[in-house]
Amino acid sequence: MTPEEAVAAAFRGEWGQVVATLIRVTGDWDLAEECAQDAFAQALDRWRRDGVPRRPGAWLTTTARHRAMDVLRREAVGARKLQEAAMLTAPGEPDDDSGVEDDRLRLIFTCCHPALHIESRVALTLRTLAGLTTPEIARAFLVPEATMAQRLVRAKKKIRNAGIPYRVPPAHLLPERTTGVLGVLYLLFNEGYTATSGADLVRRNLCAEAIRLARVLARLMPDEPEALGLLALLLLHDARRDTRVDATGELVTLEDQDRTAWDRAEIDEGAGLLETALRRGRPGPYQIQAAIAACHTTAPTAADTDWADIAALYGELLRFVPSPVVRLNRAVAVGMAQGADAGLELVAELEREGELSGYHLLPATRADLLRRSGRTTEAAQAYERALELVENDAERSFLERRLTECRPAPPPPSRSPRTAPPSPPPEPAHPTADGPSPSAGRSARPRRDG
Amino acid sequence: MKYVLLICTPVDGEELSPAEIAEDPRFLSYIDEVRSRDIVKGGARLRPASDATTVRVQGDEVLLTDGPFIESKEYIAGIDIIEVADLDEAISLASRHPAALGGGSVEVRPVWE
Repeated sequence: MTPEEAVAAAFRGEWGQVVATLIRVTGDWDLAEECAQDAFAQALDRWRRDGVPRRPGAWLTTTARHRAMDVLRREAVGARKLQEAAMLTAPGEPDDDSGVEDDRLRLIFTCCHPALHIESRVALTLRTLAGLTTPEIARAFLVPEATMAQRLVRAKKKIRNAGIPYRVPPAHLLPERTTGVLGVLYLLFNEGYTATSGADLVRRNLCAEAIRLARVLARLMPDEPEALGLLALLLLHDARRDTRVDATGELVTLEDQDRTAWDRAEIDEGAGLLETALRRGRPGPYQIQAAIAACHTTAPTAADTDWADIAALYGELLRFVPSPVVRLNRAVAVGMAQGADAGLELVAELEREGELSGYHLLPATRADLLRRSGRTTEAAQAYERALELVENDAERSFLERRLTECRPAPPPPSRSPRTAPPSPPPEPAHPTADGPSPSAGRSARPRRDG
Repeated sequence: MKYVLLICTPVDGEELSPAEIAEDPRFLSYIDEVRSRDIVKGGARLRPASDATTVRVQGDEVLLTDGPFIESKEYIAGIDIIEVADLDEAISLASRHPAALGGGSVEVRPVWE
């Protein structure tokens, strides 16, 4: 490994840890970032000259701490603070990194504190834990750089001024706060997952960051099966990422995706992690969603999909996330397992309740079940209804294709040139089509009822 | 850290008097805890927003409004000044506050120190 590669690898692996420790030592988020940046810049120089140290992370942390000491001295801060910083810069490398790991967990929980706006949680997590630059984060979320910079400044200010503690929450807060952290990482992944074209590489990078952070969290919280479940879920989705749209940007449903192009190694790893998690005997929404994803990804062909299993898993998921969207997903699975009529009955129930009225996937699901049972006239009507509600180009184009399949051939259309290429689909076209269902992300809402 | 809890009550909601709150069994444990730990450093129970007068100054003219400056769904019924370790503790306290349990809300604001 060249020094340059070593620095790049250390940046990916150690940035969050260096920043986390420096925040604890200095209590100053901006200073921590500044010193971490400085340490990485020095590393490039020094490692070229002296070789890569045995433990790059420890070298970087120590270097950043020295820098912080210099700055604090210059600013003539209190002696106690300096002593604290000095105590942590003992010569030689400590053999025990456990304290440092705790720092990273502290940082994760602080970035994802529910008293911060969800957008701030995501931005802070990417900036301080993953080391993305402000312009990169702004591009990933399609907001002006100044807006993102402002968001980060505001969030750090609130942490300081409102007294958000820099710590892993105490036991009585831990379960609900852990759910919040998992929700942020899941959201982060979904942001990247909906990016499909080459121009969206920055956004696709979010998937890699989310997986990286989920790995860190799973390692730091070995007793939390949901953390493993989330990592498994992300890997199982990521394995299919490249097959979800075709070369022209059209959506490809799960049924029609090229299974040979799925990432086997990711699927195997995800399935293995899920098994480990489930052995704990404490299921939760992320483990169940991972189990559903595993049913899909481990089936050799679409026809081999165990829909009865999937329907049962959605039933389990409803116990944790009783949302109409999960029920709609279950209706699809029931329709596939027990025949279209059983699924249509559940869809009708949701239509009567009206909670999903205006949600295009409701008529799209009805249409799909009707189409599968050969009732094309009714299916066409439902596709038309879905087309009235759909907002996204790629999904519209998908529904139009389906509608054409269901209709008797119309007279040849007059040719009109396409004015614009379709934009990449941000969400699956219907629940059987693909992708994370927009359900468990909502479990991240902080409970306010004590 | 010091925080002020702004106790917000829904407009047209039922307001319990201080005496009623003190006697309500739901709030006993909260009131006992707050007293025994000496958390509350001050505060005030306010008369309803309909009794408010809002003062503004434009140039050299003093303008008065009968009622609160902003018409809203909730109005501030009282303030508590508390001293606790951090925001988590302040939130935990606010979430058990009689007003929060009674359909209102509690805004937690750090004191500028």
